Amino acid sequence: MTISFIKMKQLVSTGKMSRRDFVQLSMAAGMTAVAGENLFNATARATPKKGGHFKSGLGHGSTTDTLDPGTWENSMVSDIGNIAFDYLVDIDTKNNVAPALAESWDSSDEVDRWTFQLRKGVEFHNGKTLDADDVVASINHHRGEDTKSAAKSILAIIKDIKTDGKDKVVFELNSGSADFPYVVSDYHLPIMPAKDGKIDPQAGIGTGPFKMENFEPGVRYSATRNENYHGESWFDSVEMLTILDVVARQNALQSGDVHFIDRPDLKTVQLLKRNAELEIDQVTGFGHYVAPMNVTMAPFDNVDVRLALKHCFKRDELVNKVLLGYGTPGNDDPLAPSIKYAIDPEPKHQYDPEKVKFHLKKAGIDRLKVDLSAADAAFAGAVDAAILMAEHARDTGIDINVIREPSDGYWSNVWMKKPWCFSYWGGRPTADWMFTTAYAAGVDWNDTFWNNARFNELLVQARSERNEAKRAEMYTEMQNILHEDGGIIVLMFNDFVTAHSKKVAHGELNSNYDHDGGYMYRRWWMA
Amino acid sequence: MHPILKTILQRLGLGLLTLFVVSIIIFSSMQFLPGDFATAVLGQSATPETVAAFRKELGLNDPAVVRYIQWIGGVVQGDFGSSFSGRSAGREREVMELIAPRLWNTLFLAGLTAAIAVPLSLALGITAALYRNSLYDRTINATTLTTISFPEFFVAYILILLLATLWKVFPSLANVRPDTPLMDRIYMCALPALTLTLVIVAHMMRMTRAAIINLLASPYIEMARLKGVSSSKVILKHALPNAWAPIVNVIAFNLAYLVVGVVVVEVVFVYPGIGQLMVDAVSTRDIPVVQACALIFAATYILLNLFADIVSIVTNPRLLHPR
Amino acid sequence: MSNDDQTYSAAGEVAMVVTRRTWAQRAWRELKKAPITAWFGLIVIAAYMFVAIFAPWVAPYSESQVFDTPYAPWSSEFIFGTDQLGRDVWTRLVYGARNTIGIAVATTLLSFLIGGSLGVMAAINRSWLDQGLSRFVDVLMAIPSLIFSLMLLSIFGSNVWNLIMIIAVLDSTRVFRLARAVSLNVVVMDYVEASRLRGESLGWVMRNDILPNILPPLVAEFGLRFCFVFLTIASLSFLGVGIQPPTADWGSMVRENAQLISFAEYDMKAAMTPLLPAGAIALLTVAVNFVVDWFLHKTSGIRDEK
Repeated sequence: MTISFIKMKQLVSTGKMSRRDFVQLSMAAGMTAVAGENLFNATARATPKKGGHFKSGLGHGSTTDTLDPGTWENSMVSDIGNIAFDYLVDIDTKNNVAPALAESWDSSDEVDRWTFQLRKGVEFHNGKTLDADDVVASINHHRGEDTKSAAKSILAIIKDIKTDGKDKVVFELNSGSADFPYVVSDYHLPIMPAKDGKIDPQAGIGTGPFKMENFEPGVRYSATRNENYHGESWFDSVEMLTILDVVARQNALQSGDVHFIDRPDLKTVQLLKRNAELEIDQVTGFGHYVAPMNVTMAPFDNVDVRLALKHCFKRDELVNKVLLGYGTPGNDDPLAPSIKYAIDPEPKHQYDPEKVKFHLKKAGIDRLKVDLSAADAAFAGAVDAAILMAEHARDTGIDINVIREPSDGYWSNVWMKKPWCFSYWGGRPTADWMFTTAYAAGVDWNDTFWNNARFNELLVQARSERNEAKRAEMYTEMQNILHEDGGIIVLMFNDFVTAHSKKVAHGELNSNYDHDGGYMYRRWWMA
Repeated sequence: MHPILKTILQRLGLGLLTLFVVSIIIFSSMQFLPGDFATAVLGQSATPETVAAFRKELGLNDPAVVRYIQWIGGVVQGDFGSSFSGRSAGREREVMELIAPRLWNTLFLAGLTAAIAVPLSLALGITAALYRNSLYDRTINATTLTTISFPEFFVAYILILLLATLWKVFPSLANVRPDTPLMDRIYMCALPALTLTLVIVAHMMRMTRAAIINLLASPYIEMARLKGVSSSKVILKHALPNAWAPIVNVIAFNLAYLVVGVVVVEVVFVYPGIGQLMVDAVSTRDIPVVQACALIFAATYILLNLFADIVSIVTNPRLLHPR
Repeated sequence: MSNDDQTYSAAGEVAMVVTRRTWAQRAWRELKKAPITAWFGLIVIAAYMFVAIFAPWVAPYSESQVFDTPYAPWSSEFIFGTDQLGRDVWTRLVYGARNTIGIAVATTLLSFLIGGSLGVMAAINRSWLDQGLSRFVDVLMAIPSLIFSLMLLSIFGSNVWNLIMIIAVLDSTRVFRLARAVSLNVVVMDYVEASRLRGESLGWVMRNDILPNILPPLVAEFGLRFCFVFLTIASLSFLGVGIQPPTADWGSMVRENAQLISFAEYDMKAAMTPLLPAGAIALLTVAVNFVVDWFLHKTSGIRDEK
């Protein structure tokens, strides 16, 4: 028996070895027939093959959705970015930047000038060949005075974009940013064909593995294989359905009407697991549930009050009851463990009545009374979380008065308006990005209105520092400052929980966004 | 039928007035709702700049009165404007284009349900009045009462469990496409239609029964009975014609409900109807779409009620020839 | 015996004294004749009232008390297990009776008070008042009520009082229409005309001539409207606005646990959880309507006719 298992697996994957041969050879190699059979199934399933119509049922989507990537705000439409389009760069399963339409990239020493070399011979669905002008127009759609794009603020760092020949794009930045390639991986920035320096954002034409067939906002999106695709993908056609009601979504999966659903009801995941036809995936992402305190308003302007509140509730119980265990307790550091430079600041913040009493005493308060505004618009289970926190805090000398706010209009009327409320961050792939978005002084989304001189100074320094060790040191200090002084209570990091039928299979999953980072339509296959 | 024709014309005129008032009420409620399209669509990611850009493009900076007059000016000419969402260089989503396929879906489901529910509830109501206080009457009463006292979504879940998951008779999703053939459409709509039937039958059936029983005490019924007319004949020939007014009222109310109030069932079965569209439009403050949906709902209601009132007048000679 | 109020007769009065029974005696006489369904309804309603009034004594724990295990199974400690936060389901059901019935009764009474009186007034008037009210009601009814209440709750804030007011006002339009429709059949009767010619006040005519004659359909409607309030609350909480936490109400409880029903295949007891509040609503609805039916039967004047 000279044939190795690796070789056998290869033969199976390419279809050159039958089940019977495989099992016989494995038995000859000392395995039982059942083990051999299982190994065959696992190997055959684990090998991507072409074909099939993939249907997903998503808990997102609204009749007001559009194809314009500047308006994408839910994963029903942002998934389209990876179905019909490509980006300059992708994010891989280890959260590194990976080549996509850009083959390679390089920067000046001050990291304020980035050059991207485009892949050659890429064709759009309308037959046009990709060139640097398309990239410039696609990015410029999100810049400038009149743009309505949600990506405008993350592109504010760009001073100018230029072409350098047909396949080079040069980004001039206002200041150095060592993480800039991550910025162009943002899901709002797919590359579209340009005409006279403008893109048609509603046309739905890209370079991606599938060509759009039908789009009914809030109902469905379907696409068929792009035969001229420059990369690899497996399904013949894909279809997304919006199924907002979680029960309907689970029913559709169980009755076989769809192959994949996101956001199953965490309460019933245990029951869903009993269905032998289904597989549940669980990935820790960057997303986290937070309770921002406005540090410019009393009583939250007192750091001891903030510290008392950070210790007054049981984080484990929140994870167990709100996320039913599908998450990790937060430690008032908004960087997910899988992000580069993330640490776990000491001392760990957890339920500690003694510390609450200590800090309240220091703040000169006998019994603290605070209002907490909550609505499930912030995150599913926000109201429950608030009730639990109030229950826990009562015994430590803090009375939390839970105010249930309407979900409708929550982001415009409660968030950043009420002194203490709930919010959700989808997370950002780099420390710099997360901090610049929500913790730098004066930025639009600084929902704690926190302004720490040392933190802001370090943030700018670290951004253009190319020495890894020095950068790591700076980010560690920043996380510690935020942990102790910041107005943010990071309650927990939530896992992406999804369920799919065993009729489809996948490899290792991305953790940057839900749906395998949005890549599932191109990476998954029919088992 | 000259007086009736006059009534119809009068009521249609009043209907237009009603539509006008409805549009004002909805428009002003939308103004009172916190936030506007820009902040609602951008949600957490709103920045003052992008919000300003949105407002500028949509003309939201104009005073509300000006915007209303512009809108109504368009409507008078048959132009319902275009949705706030999905706008970009040279492209707009016409409100009517957005609504037409969904309106057709909603009317289809309402029609299918009515075709089952109305005859069923009339039959049940009349027979229950005929055999009142019998075991039959009580069983029907208790059953229909139980079905309506369950929330719609719960009835839907139970039907899905029984008829889609355990016994795979019908599909659990009713996500019809514009090109779905009729028979498939009926098949896909079976569970939503059944759910709605269970929800509305009790109301109509009970009103039929109550209206008939209420009349049974009238002297002319007593007279008929004394003449020896059979009990079923008394009900069908003597009581029913006079009971039409309240019955038709309740039927009209329930038919209007089938068009206007089924958003929950649409959500559960992923049915692309107009209710879901309006809820989405309200939550994103997409005023042109909300206004158009509201007008359609209002018009449906007005026409159905006009029909109900005409039936009441026609079936009551005292109202037909007022002194 | 004479019913004539105009003339006085000593013999008549004596006779009346003899036959006059106390309120309790008369009620008992009626009850003894009541059918089994009415008895069932009355007993259920009485039980609900008892639970609602004495909730703190009936419930083993307090309304918002949180225990460590969410979704604890049915046991002697937690009769129906615990909910997603670890609150005792039985306790929540008991307190739910208090909150839910209170809200439903308040809302329904209010809407009948508004809708019923205006409806009858409109029917009697049949000119400018009728036109004005009918047009106004038409406008309100022409707006989809569920979506409109969503909007109003967003504007005014979703607390219990706003909830009651908004549902009552929107519901009263239906009562108005029904009251008006049935009154129209009555006001054309000769005796109404006689009263009006006699110069009786509007209130007198409404109370004495019209109300008794339109009561049956209105009461039938009351029985249904009453339970529709639960459903409206459940639908509103399905669409995201409901009652302030930690108040327990059956509508929201059904919504929170409804999904468990689809796993009946795997876990029968868990699947039963949403059926408890739904069943509580259904049982009350059936009970109320059985009593309503008995009343209808009594007032229809066709007693014991077979």
